[in-house]
Amino acid sequence: MTSEKQAATQARVAAVLTGSNGVQGLAVDAIGIDHDGMVCVTATPEQLHEVCVLLRDALGFESNTFVTARDHGVGREQRFEMFYQFLSVAHVDRVRVRVMTTGDDPEVPTITDLWPGTSFSERECWDLMGVRFSGHPDLRRLLMPQGYDHHPLRKDFPHVGIEPDKLYNQWDEERRAAFAISEAERLEGKR
Amino acid sequence: MGQVGLSEAPFSESFAATRLDWIVNWARKNSLWPMPLGLSCCGIELMAMIGPKFDLARFGAEAARFTPRQCDLLIVAGTMTWKMAQAVRLVYDQMPEPKWVMTMGVCSSTGGMYDSYAVVQGVDSILPVDVYVPGCPPRPDAVIDSIIKLQQRIQRERPVKDLIEGIPDYADVGTGHTLHQPNRAVAHKKLPALPTRPSQD
Repeated sequence: MTSEKQAATQARVAAVLTGSNGVQGLAVDAIGIDHDGMVCVTATPEQLHEVCVLLRDALGFESNTFVTARDHGVGREQRFEMFYQFLSVAHVDRVRVRVMTTGDDPEVPTITDLWPGTSFSERECWDLMGVRFSGHPDLRRLLMPQGYDHHPLRKDFPHVGIEPDKLYNQWDEERRAAFAISEAERLEGKR
Repeated sequence: MGQVGLSEAPFSESFAATRLDWIVNWARKNSLWPMPLGLSCCGIELMAMIGPKFDLARFGAEAARFTPRQCDLLIVAGTMTWKMAQAVRLVYDQMPEPKWVMTMGVCSSTGGMYDSYAVVQGVDSILPVDVYVPGCPPRPDAVIDSIIKLQQRIQRERPVKDLIEGIPDYADVGTGHTLHQPNRAVAHKKLPALPTRPSQD
Protein backbone atom coordinates (compact mmCIF):
# COMPACT_ATOMS: atom_id res chain seq x y z
CA MET A 1 0.00 0.00 0.00
CA THR A 2 1.33 3.38 -0.97
CA SER A 3 1.10 6.20 1.51
CA GLU A 4 0.64 9.84 0.62
CA LYS A 5 4.24 10.56 1.56
CA GLN A 6 5.56 7.92 -0.84
CA ALA A 7 3.30 9.11 -3.66
CA ALA A 8 4.48 12.68 -3.11
CA THR A 9 8.13 11.59 -3.22
CA GLN A 10 7.50 9.57 -6.35
CA ALA A 11 5.86 12.56 -8.07
CA ARG A 12 8.65 14.91 -6.98
CA VAL A 13 11.43 12.58 -8.18
CA ALA A 14 9.62 11.82 -11.45
CA ALA A 15 9.02 15.50 -12.16
CA VAL A 16 12.72 16.33 -11.90
CA LEU A 17 14.20 13.23 -13.51
CA THR A 18 11.88 13.10 -16.51
CA GLY A 19 11.27 16.84 -16.85
CA SER A 20 12.68 19.22 -19.42
CA ASN A 21 16.15 19.28 -17.74
CA GLY A 22 15.87 15.60 -16.82
CA VAL A 23 17.81 12.51 -17.80
CA GLN A 24 17.93 11.60 -21.47
CA GLY A 25 15.91 8.48 -22.21
CA LEU A 26 14.46 7.93 -18.74
CA ALA A 27 10.78 7.02 -18.97
CA VAL A 28 8.22 8.00 -16.34
CA ASP A 29 7.49 4.35 -15.46
CA ALA A 30 11.17 3.89 -14.51
CA ILE A 31 10.30 5.60 -11.22
CA GLY A 32 8.27 3.11 -9.23
CA ILE A 33 7.72 2.00 -5.67
CA ASP A 34 9.44 -1.14 -4.42
CA HIS A 35 7.72 -3.87 -2.44
CA ASP A 36 9.15 -2.40 0.76
CA GLY A 37 7.56 0.97 -0.02
CA MET A 38 10.65 2.87 -1.08
CA VAL A 39 10.70 5.00 -4.20
CA CYS A 40 13.00 3.33 -6.70
CA VAL A 41 14.56 4.63 -9.91
CA THR A 42 15.55 1.96 -12.44
CA ALA A 43 18.38 3.26 -14.61
CA THR A 44 20.99 1.97 -17.03
CA PRO A 45 24.73 2.28 -16.31
CA GLU A 46 24.96 5.16 -18.81
CA GLN A 47 22.17 7.11 -17.07
CA LEU A 48 23.42 6.44 -13.54
CA HIS A 49 25.76 9.39 -13.12
CA GLU A 50 23.24 11.87 -14.51
CA VAL A 51 20.51 10.52 -12.24
CA CYS A 52 22.79 10.89 -9.22
CA VAL A 53 23.69 14.49 -10.11
CA LEU A 54 20.00 15.40 -10.22
CA LEU A 55 19.25 13.52 -7.02
CA ARG A 56 21.95 15.46 -5.21
CA ASP A 57 21.59 18.95 -6.69
CA ALA A 58 17.92 19.26 -7.65
CA LEU A 59 16.24 16.92 -5.19
CA GLY A 60 18.43 17.45 -2.13
CA PHE A 61 19.57 13.92 -1.33
CA GLU A 62 22.73 14.93 0.46
CA SER A 63 24.06 11.57 1.57
CA ASN A 64 24.60 8.11 0.18
CA THR A 65 23.58 5.32 2.54
CA PHE A 66 25.18 2.38 0.75
CA VAL A 67 26.26 0.92 -2.55
CA THR A 68 25.79 -2.78 -2.94
CA ALA A 69 25.17 -5.44 -5.55
CA ARG A 70 23.18 -8.61 -5.92
CA ASP A 71 24.27 -11.71 -7.83
CA HIS A 72 21.41 -13.23 -9.81
CA GLY A 73 23.33 -16.43 -10.50
CA VAL A 74 25.98 -17.86 -12.79
CA GLY A 75 25.14 -17.89 -16.48
CA ARG A 76 22.56 -15.14 -16.42
CA GLU A 77 22.96 -12.49 -19.10
CA GLN A 78 22.14 -9.71 -16.63
CA ARG A 79 23.99 -11.14 -13.67
CA PHE A 80 24.72 -8.29 -11.24
CA GLU A 81 22.18 -5.77 -10.11
CA MET A 82 23.49 -2.64 -8.40
CA PHE A 83 21.64 -0.93 -5.59
CA TYR A 84 22.30 2.65 -4.49
CA GLN A 85 20.35 4.15 -1.62
CA PHE A 86 20.25 7.85 -0.78
CA LEU A 87 19.05 9.78 2.23
CA SER A 88 17.77 13.32 2.44
CA VAL A 89 17.82 14.70 5.96
CA ALA A 90 16.18 17.96 4.86
CA HIS A 91 13.18 16.21 3.27
CA VAL A 92 13.24 13.19 5.65
CA ASP A 93 13.21 10.97 2.63
CA ARG A 94 14.95 8.05 0.99
CA VAL A 95 15.28 6.92 -2.57
CA ARG A 96 16.80 3.87 -4.21
CA VAL A 97 18.46 3.54 -7.60
CA ARG A 98 18.85 0.14 -9.19
CA VAL A 99 21.03 -0.57 -12.19
CA MET A 100 21.16 -3.84 -14.13
CA THR A 101 24.56 -4.71 -15.56
CA THR A 102 25.56 -7.32 -18.12
CA GLY A 103 28.33 -9.87 -18.11
CA ASP A 104 30.42 -11.67 -15.49
CA ASP A 105 32.78 -8.72 -14.95
CA PRO A 106 30.48 -5.70 -14.99
CA GLU A 107 31.60 -2.11 -14.91
CA VAL A 108 29.57 0.89 -13.74
CA PRO A 109 30.59 4.55 -13.42
CA THR A 110 31.67 5.68 -9.99
CA ILE A 111 29.76 8.29 -7.98
CA THR A 112 32.72 9.06 -5.72
CA ASP A 113 33.00 12.51 -7.32
CA LEU A 114 29.50 13.38 -6.04
CA TRP A 115 29.63 11.78 -2.58
CA PRO A 116 33.28 11.23 -1.51
CA GLY A 117 32.18 8.89 1.28
CA THR A 118 30.95 6.42 -1.31
CA SER A 119 34.56 5.43 -1.89
CA PHE A 120 34.55 2.81 0.85
CA SER A 121 31.21 1.32 -0.22
CA GLU A 122 32.46 0.97 -3.76
CA ARG A 123 35.71 -0.57 -2.63
CA GLU A 124 33.79 -3.10 -0.55
CA CYS A 125 31.53 -3.87 -3.47
CA TRP A 126 34.53 -4.43 -5.75
CA ASP A 127 36.22 -6.57 -3.12
CA LEU A 128 33.32 -8.89 -2.35
CA MET A 129 31.22 -8.88 -5.54
CA GLY A 130 33.75 -8.05 -8.26
CA VAL A 131 31.97 -5.05 -9.75
CA ARG A 132 34.41 -2.53 -11.23
CA PHE A 133 33.78 1.17 -10.77
CA SER A 134 35.26 3.11 -13.68
CA GLY A 135 36.75 6.44 -12.62
CA HIS A 136 37.22 5.45 -8.97
CA PRO A 137 40.44 7.13 -7.75
CA ASP A 138 41.63 4.28 -5.53
CA LEU A 139 39.90 0.97 -6.24
CA ARG A 140 41.73 -1.33 -3.84
CA ARG A 141 40.30 -4.21 -1.85
CA LEU A 142 38.78 -3.20 1.45
CA LEU A 143 38.37 -6.39 3.50
CA MET A 144 40.21 -9.24 1.81
CA PRO A 145 44.03 -9.13 1.63
CA GLN A 146 45.54 -7.34 -1.34
CA GLY A 147 46.50 -9.79 -4.05
CA TYR A 148 43.59 -12.17 -3.51
CA ASP A 149 42.19 -13.38 -6.82
CA HIS A 150 38.54 -14.07 -6.04
CA HIS A 151 35.39 -12.29 -4.92
CA PRO A 152 33.86 -14.11 -1.94
CA LEU A 153 30.21 -13.04 -2.13
CA ARG A 154 29.64 -14.26 -5.68
CA LYS A 155 27.33 -17.21 -6.10
CA ASP A 156 30.02 -19.42 -7.63
CA PHE A 157 32.43 -18.93 -4.72
CA PRO A 158 32.48 -21.95 -2.36
CA HIS A 159 31.71 -20.93 1.22
CA VAL A 160 34.85 -22.66 2.48
CA GLY A 161 36.99 -20.49 0.24
CA ILE A 162 39.51 -20.96 -2.52
CA GLU A 163 43.03 -21.41 -1.12
CA PRO A 164 42.48 -19.15 1.88
CA ASP A 165 45.99 -19.86 3.15
CA LYS A 166 47.79 -19.08 -0.11
CA LEU A 167 48.77 -15.49 0.65
CA TYR A 168 49.79 -16.33 4.22
CA ASN A 169 52.05 -19.19 3.10
CA GLN A 170 53.59 -16.99 0.42
CA TRP A 171 54.34 -14.32 3.00
CA ASP A 172 55.74 -16.92 5.42
CA GLU A 173 58.10 -18.41 2.84
CA GLU A 174 59.43 -14.99 1.82
CA ARG A 175 59.95 -14.06 5.46
CA ARG A 176 61.83 -17.27 6.24
CA ALA A 177 64.01 -16.88 3.16
CA ALA A 178 64.91 -13.29 4.13
CA PHE A 179 65.70 -14.46 7.68
CA ALA A 180 67.95 -17.26 6.40
CA ILE A 181 69.92 -14.77 4.29
CA SER A 182 70.37 -12.27 7.13
CA GLU A 183 71.33 -15.08 9.53
CA ALA A 184 73.96 -16.35 7.07
CA GLU A 185 75.38 -12.83 6.75
CA ARG A 186 75.51 -12.47 10.51
CA LEU A 187 77.42 -15.75 10.88
CA GLU A 188 79.73 -14.68 8.07
CA GLY A 189 80.53 -11.45 9.92
CA LYS A 190 81.38 -13.35 13.08
CA ARG A 191 84.21 -15.26 11.41
CA MET B 1 85.44 -32.38 64.56
CA GLY B 2 82.86 -34.86 63.49
CA GLN B 3 81.19 -35.25 60.15
CA VAL B 4 78.42 -32.67 59.51
CA GLY B 5 75.31 -34.08 57.90
CA LEU B 6 73.05 -32.02 55.69
CA SER B 7 70.15 -32.58 58.03
CA GLU B 8 71.77 -30.95 61.04
CA ALA B 9 70.37 -27.61 62.15
CA PRO B 10 71.14 -24.72 61.83
CA PHE B 11 73.36 -25.41 58.81
CA SER B 12 70.56 -27.02 56.76
CA GLU B 13 68.27 -24.04 57.20
CA SER B 14 70.50 -21.79 55.15
CA PHE B 15 70.03 -23.62 51.84
CA ALA B 16 67.80 -26.10 50.06
CA ALA B 17 69.09 -28.88 47.85
CA THR B 18 67.19 -29.19 44.55
CA ARG B 19 67.61 -29.81 40.85
CA LEU B 20 68.46 -26.90 38.57
CA ASP B 21 65.60 -27.87 36.23
CA TRP B 22 63.14 -27.73 39.09
CA ILE B 23 64.16 -24.30 40.33
CA VAL B 24 64.19 -22.79 36.82
CA ASN B 25 60.76 -24.25 36.07
CA TRP B 26 59.44 -23.04 39.39
CA ALA B 27 60.50 -19.49 38.57
CA ARG B 28 59.13 -19.67 35.05
CA LYS B 29 55.75 -21.10 35.86
CA ASN B 30 54.98 -18.61 38.60
CA SER B 31 55.72 -15.55 36.50
CA LEU B 32 53.85 -16.26 33.26
CA TRP B 33 53.31 -12.86 31.72
CA PRO B 34 50.49 -13.14 29.20
CA MET B 35 50.26 -11.37 25.87
CA PRO B 36 46.53 -10.59 25.63
CA LEU B 37 45.71 -10.96 21.96
CA GLY B 38 41.97 -10.29 22.11
CA LEU B 39 40.78 -10.81 18.55
CA SER B 40 37.04 -10.92 19.26
CA CYS B 41 34.51 -11.61 22.02
CA CYS B 42 36.84 -13.90 24.01
CA GLY B 43 38.87 -10.77 24.72
CA ILE B 44 36.10 -9.58 27.05
CA GLU B 45 36.38 -12.72 29.18
CA LEU B 46 40.13 -12.29 29.11
CA MET B 47 39.77 -8.82 30.62
CA ALA B 48 37.44 -10.17 33.29
CA MET B 49 39.97 -12.86 34.11
CA ILE B 50 42.79 -10.36 34.61
CA GLY B 51 40.55 -7.98 36.58
CA PRO B 52 39.97 -8.03 40.33
CA LYS B 53 37.01 -10.44 40.43
CA PHE B 54 38.80 -13.51 39.09
CA ASP B 55 42.25 -12.10 39.89
CA LEU B 56 44.82 -13.86 37.81
CA ALA B 57 47.47 -12.35 40.11
CA ARG B 58 46.94 -15.33 42.42
CA PHE B 59 48.82 -17.42 39.85
CA GLY B 60 51.54 -14.89 39.02
CA ALA B 61 50.16 -14.15 35.56
CA GLU B 62 48.50 -10.79 36.02
CA ALA B 63 51.15 -8.66 34.35
CA ALA B 64 49.60 -8.40 30.89
CA ARG B 65 52.14 -6.78 28.62
CA PHE B 66 51.09 -5.19 25.38
CA THR B 67 54.47 -5.68 23.81
CA PRO B 68 55.55 -9.17 22.78
CA ARG B 69 59.12 -8.48 23.92
CA GLN B 70 58.12 -8.87 27.57
CA CYS B 71 55.75 -11.83 27.31
CA ASP B 72 55.96 -15.53 28.01
CA LEU B 73 52.44 -16.70 27.22
CA LEU B 74 50.57 -15.83 24.03
CA ILE B 75 46.82 -16.07 24.65
CA VAL B 76 45.04 -16.05 21.28
CA ALA B 77 41.53 -15.07 22.34
CA GLY B 78 39.03 -15.11 19.51
CA THR B 79 38.52 -15.73 15.83
CA MET B 80 41.73 -15.47 13.85
CA THR B 81 41.38 -14.61 10.18
CA TRP B 82 43.97 -15.31 7.52
CA LYS B 83 44.62 -11.61 7.26
CA MET B 84 45.30 -11.39 11.01
CA ALA B 85 47.42 -14.56 10.92
CA GLN B 86 50.46 -12.65 9.70
CA ALA B 87 50.25 -10.26 12.66
CA VAL B 88 49.80 -13.14 15.12
CA ARG B 89 52.80 -14.94 13.67
CA LEU B 90 54.91 -11.77 13.96
CA VAL B 91 53.87 -11.33 17.59
CA TYR B 92 54.85 -14.93 18.30
CA ASP B 93 58.21 -14.51 16.59
CA GLN B 94 58.98 -11.37 18.57
CA MET B 95 58.40 -13.08 21.91
CA PRO B 96 61.64 -14.21 23.57
CA GLU B 97 62.18 -17.81 24.59
CA PRO B 98 60.81 -19.51 26.61
CA LYS B 99 57.31 -18.99 25.26
CA TRP B 100 54.02 -20.84 25.35
CA VAL B 101 50.80 -20.49 23.36
CA MET B 102 47.25 -20.90 24.62
CA THR B 103 44.21 -20.83 22.33
CA MET B 104 41.18 -19.48 24.12
CA GLY B 105 37.78 -20.47 22.77
CA VAL B 106 36.73 -22.81 19.98
CA CYS B 107 37.36 -20.29 17.19
CA SER B 108 41.06 -20.08 17.80
CA SER B 109 41.28 -23.78 18.71
CA THR B 110 39.56 -25.26 15.65
CA GLY B 111 37.89 -22.48 13.69
CA GLY B 112 34.67 -23.16 15.57
CA MET B 113 31.50 -22.49 13.66
CA TYR B 114 33.34 -20.33 11.14
CA ASP B 115 34.17 -22.90 8.48
CA SER B 116 34.64 -20.00 6.14
CA TYR B 117 36.97 -18.53 3.55
CA ALA B 118 38.28 -15.90 5.93
CA VAL B 119 38.99 -17.83 9.13
CA VAL B 120 42.03 -19.93 10.05
CA GLN B 121 40.82 -23.38 11.07
CA GLY B 122 42.76 -23.47 14.32
CA VAL B 123 45.76 -21.47 15.46
CA ASP B 124 47.78 -24.70 15.42
CA SER B 125 47.87 -24.31 11.64
CA ILE B 126 50.55 -21.69 12.05
CA LEU B 127 51.81 -21.91 15.65
CA PRO B 128 52.73 -24.71 18.08
CA VAL B 129 49.96 -24.64 20.69
CA ASP B 130 50.42 -25.85 24.27
CA VAL B 131 46.92 -25.56 25.76
CA TYR B 132 43.50 -25.45 24.15
CA VAL B 133 40.59 -23.98 26.11
CA PRO B 134 37.12 -24.97 24.84
CA GLY B 135 34.10 -22.74 25.26
CA CYS B 136 32.37 -19.97 23.36
CA PRO B 137 33.67 -17.95 25.07
CA PRO B 138 35.17 -19.96 27.96
CA ARG B 139 34.50 -18.72 31.46
CA PRO B 140 37.45 -17.09 33.22
CA ASP B 141 37.51 -20.10 35.57
CA ALA B 142 38.17 -22.39 32.63
CA VAL B 143 41.06 -20.26 31.43
CA ILE B 144 42.53 -20.08 34.93
CA ASP B 145 42.23 -23.86 35.12
CA SER B 146 44.18 -24.16 31.88
CA ILE B 147 46.83 -21.80 33.17
CA ILE B 148 47.25 -24.11 36.16
CA LYS B 149 47.50 -27.07 33.77
CA LEU B 150 50.11 -25.18 31.78
CA GLN B 151 52.03 -24.53 34.99
CA GLN B 152 52.01 -28.25 35.75
CA ARG B 153 53.27 -28.88 32.27
CA ILE B 154 56.03 -26.29 32.58
CA GLN B 155 57.15 -28.00 35.80
CA ARG B 156 57.89 -31.14 33.76
CA GLU B 157 60.07 -29.37 31.18
CA ARG B 158 63.85 -29.83 30.91
CA PRO B 159 65.37 -26.38 30.42
CA VAL B 160 68.94 -27.49 31.13
CA LYS B 161 68.69 -30.21 28.50
CA ASP B 162 67.40 -27.64 25.99
CA LEU B 163 70.26 -25.33 26.94
CA ILE B 164 72.84 -28.01 26.21
CA GLU B 165 71.27 -29.59 23.14
CA GLY B 166 69.62 -26.49 21.70
CA ILE B 167 65.95 -25.93 21.05
CA PRO B 168 64.76 -28.42 18.41
CA ASP B 169 64.27 -27.15 14.89
CA TYR B 170 60.58 -27.96 14.73
CA ALA B 171 59.77 -25.89 17.81
CA ASP B 172 58.36 -22.98 15.83
CA VAL B 173 56.50 -25.03 13.24
CA GLY B 174 52.75 -25.58 13.47
CA THR B 175 51.19 -28.99 13.21
CA GLY B 176 50.30 -28.57 9.55
CA HIS B 177 46.70 -28.74 10.67
CA THR B 178 45.85 -26.28 7.90
CA LEU B 179 46.19 -29.04 5.34
CA HIS B 180 43.59 -31.29 6.91
CA GLN B 181 41.19 -28.69 8.15
CA PRO B 182 37.48 -29.48 7.85
CA ASN B 183 37.20 -27.42 4.69
CA ARG B 184 35.88 -29.61 1.93
CA ALA B 185 37.77 -27.56 -0.64
CA VAL B 186 41.16 -28.67 0.65
CA ALA B 187 40.24 -32.05 2.14
CA HIS B 188 41.78 -33.94 -0.76
CA LYS B 189 45.24 -32.54 -0.16
CA LYS B 190 47.85 -34.93 1.21
CA LEU B 191 49.36 -34.48 4.65
CA PRO B 192 52.98 -33.34 4.72
CA ALA B 193 55.58 -35.37 6.57
CA LEU B 194 56.13 -33.78 9.96
CA PRO B 195 59.71 -32.61 10.54
CA THR B 196 61.66 -34.94 12.82
CA ARG B 197 64.11 -34.24 15.58
CA PRO B 198 67.72 -34.29 14.30
CA SER B 199 69.56 -37.50 15.18
CA GLN B 200 71.93 -37.55 18.13
CA ASP B 201 75.12 -38.28 16.15
